[in-house]
Amino acid sequence: MESLKRVHITGTAVPIPGDDIDTDRIIPARFLKEITFERMGEFLFYDVRFDASDNIIEDYPLNLPEYQNPTFLIVGQNFGCGSSREHAPQAIMRFGIQAVIGESFAEIFAGNCKAIGVPVVTASAEDIATLSDYVAKNPDQPLDLNLESRTVSAGDKVIQVNIADERLSAFISGTWDASALLKANLDQIKQVGERLPYVQNFA
Amino acid sequence: MSQRTLYNKVWASHKVATLPTGQDQVFIGLHLVHEVTSPQAFSMLREKGSKVRYPNRTFATMDHIVPTANQIRPFSDQQAELMAQTLAANTNEFGIKFFDLATAKQGIVHIIGPELGLTQPGMTIACGDSHTSTHGAFGSLAFGIGTTEVRDVLETQTLSLSSLKVRLINVTGELRPGVYAKDIVLKIIQVLGVKGGIGYAYEYGGETIRRMSMDERMTICNMSIEGGARIGYINPDQTTYDYIKGREFAPPADKFDTAVDYWNSIASDSDAEYDDIVHIDASSLSPVITWGITPGQSVGIEDKIPTPDSVLAEDRKSIEEACAHMKFTPGQDIRGIPINVAFVGSCTNGRISDLREAAKILQGRQVASTVQTIVVPGSQQVKAQAEAEGLDKIFEAAGAEWRGAGCSMCLAMNPDKLVGDQISASSSNRNFIGRQGSATGRTLLMSPAMVAAAAIEGCVTDVRDYIRS
Ligand code: SF4
Repeated sequence: MESLKRVHITGTAVPIPGDDIDTDRIIPARFLKEITFERMGEFLFYDVRFDASDNIIEDYPLNLPEYQNPTFLIVGQNFGCGSSREHAPQAIMRFGIQAVIGESFAEIFAGNCKAIGVPVVTASAEDIATLSDYVAKNPDQPLDLNLESRTVSAGDKVIQVNIADERLSAFISGTWDASALLKANLDQIKQVGERLPYVQNFA
Repeated sequence: MSQRTLYNKVWASHKVATLPTGQDQVFIGLHLVHEVTSPQAFSMLREKGSKVRYPNRTFATMDHIVPTANQIRPFSDQQAELMAQTLAANTNEFGIKFFDLATAKQGIVHIIGPELGLTQPGMTIACGDSHTSTHGAFGSLAFGIGTTEVRDVLETQTLSLSSLKVRLINVTGELRPGVYAKDIVLKIIQVLGVKGGIGYAYEYGGETIRRMSMDERMTICNMSIEGGARIGYINPDQTTYDYIKGREFAPPADKFDTAVDYWNSIASDSDAEYDDIVHIDASSLSPVITWGITPGQSVGIEDKIPTPDSVLAEDRKSIEEACAHMKFTPGQDIRGIPINVAFVGSCTNGRISDLREAAKILQGRQVASTVQTIVVPGSQQVKAQAEAEGLDKIFEAAGAEWRGAGCSMCLAMNPDKLVGDQISASSSNRNFIGRQGSATGRTLLMSPAMVAAAAIEGCVTDVRDYIRS
């Protein structure tokens, strides 16, 4: 069985330029009219990867030959802002991305990534620039994300990354899908429901 | 660490446990569902052979994919029709109440929750939609979630969450005529930035907020997420209670006083402590309008689009990118920019008071022949109310289209879309690239009255000229 633990992730990366990349840009709304997530990977960043006639925009990073099959996205500030659509992290994951490294992330997006087992970690603007620069010069060289030590190694450079303790713990223990943890407390859930006046219709 | 705020109290009363990861397990009092972010959650439930734990605490409606010009079923868009049928089948199978088109109570999920009296103070409210923050106007902790979390709420009525810091945003001063709640929230986002609220819940307070109607408070809380705050709320008061009383799902008359006592008890204490406090003076505000590609890129109507050298070095690139997309020249006046489409509607500004403000401006006037103007009520009940007041006749006489309830041109999931690089004056909440359905389309966010004025003149204009004359 595939391990659910996320401790070490190794692979190549692609830098996505720009700040405030919203989830409409990650996956345009017209592709949300599907009742499964299966095809979402095909639509990742659709309107910047393809032009209005569905032709490939060749100089977009994800389309460049040196950045094929990446494991990491390297992004700027406030990545994933806007709509709460889980379609955005689903598209990223189904495209083959296993983790995202950026300056900052919108809260709902980061939570959605955690819920599907994709770590998002932050680093300083300077370190993100260093990483992007390294990747641009060495696109075929793998990066190594070590969640336990909260570091990313790129060649001989090692940078510190941040991730909230609770999320880190969920990835390392393989409990990022909270379902089992939540279901373990069914009695307590019932008690809280019985204690809340509105759940009891103020009786 | 904040203390004795509404946020702290409601979180504590809904906390089920501390999970082994360190996150809190939190009970969700009200769960709202729509057609776009729920089908996969129901499928996951079915695959696991699970049931919905509290089916009477989840309510569903349909809004994003609903066409607004012709709502006859089956929808001509087969994908939309399939989404509608899937939601009907899922809610039927799992025993969830569904406000479908035929109920006369369908509408945008954030409009019907309050309207039906489902949204109440002191609740935790979740929905697979980022504008769930709207419901915070009633003094609830309301926030958007993803589809896997929708599954969790259906299955356990709880979520695994990290707690937030609390920022008090104190708004004072009398609004000048022609300036609305929308202008205040756009100003807050301009001041604090689109990522300023990451990690925070926003509590909106101050005399200006206290004087506001529930509709106005909803407009403010709605756009919390545009400022990066997943939660925005306002302490409940008599205005809140008067709004709720008598609505379909409100506490019954003989329990209402008990409910009010409870609601008063969960409001922030007068000596509550906050992680941060910000002051906003509303008295000097002019109508605010976005010119760029994030909701934080806005100016007052008398102002010019900023030039790259007038801002901090770190903002320069985003201004250049925004001007390139918008095809605007830095330093250009915002006033006078021609528009092609005028859109009044959305969960930000699709309530009856918004339609009344737009109608006041349009009454006895004509929209410009170069502008397509669409007015979209946020719910079937808003539509019925507007028609009872004759607002539909005012809109149609002015040359605007009067539509059925739905999200419409707020996003691109139904037939209402921008074409090519059209510019829309829009009362919605997002001006992201591609948001309104065309990758090259352009969106200017503003109040409904400002949209109406722009529709008349065919370009961005100052609605205060219409109020004075
Ligand atoms: S009106 Fe717009 S923002 Fe509101 S729920 Fe619909 S699509 Fe989302």
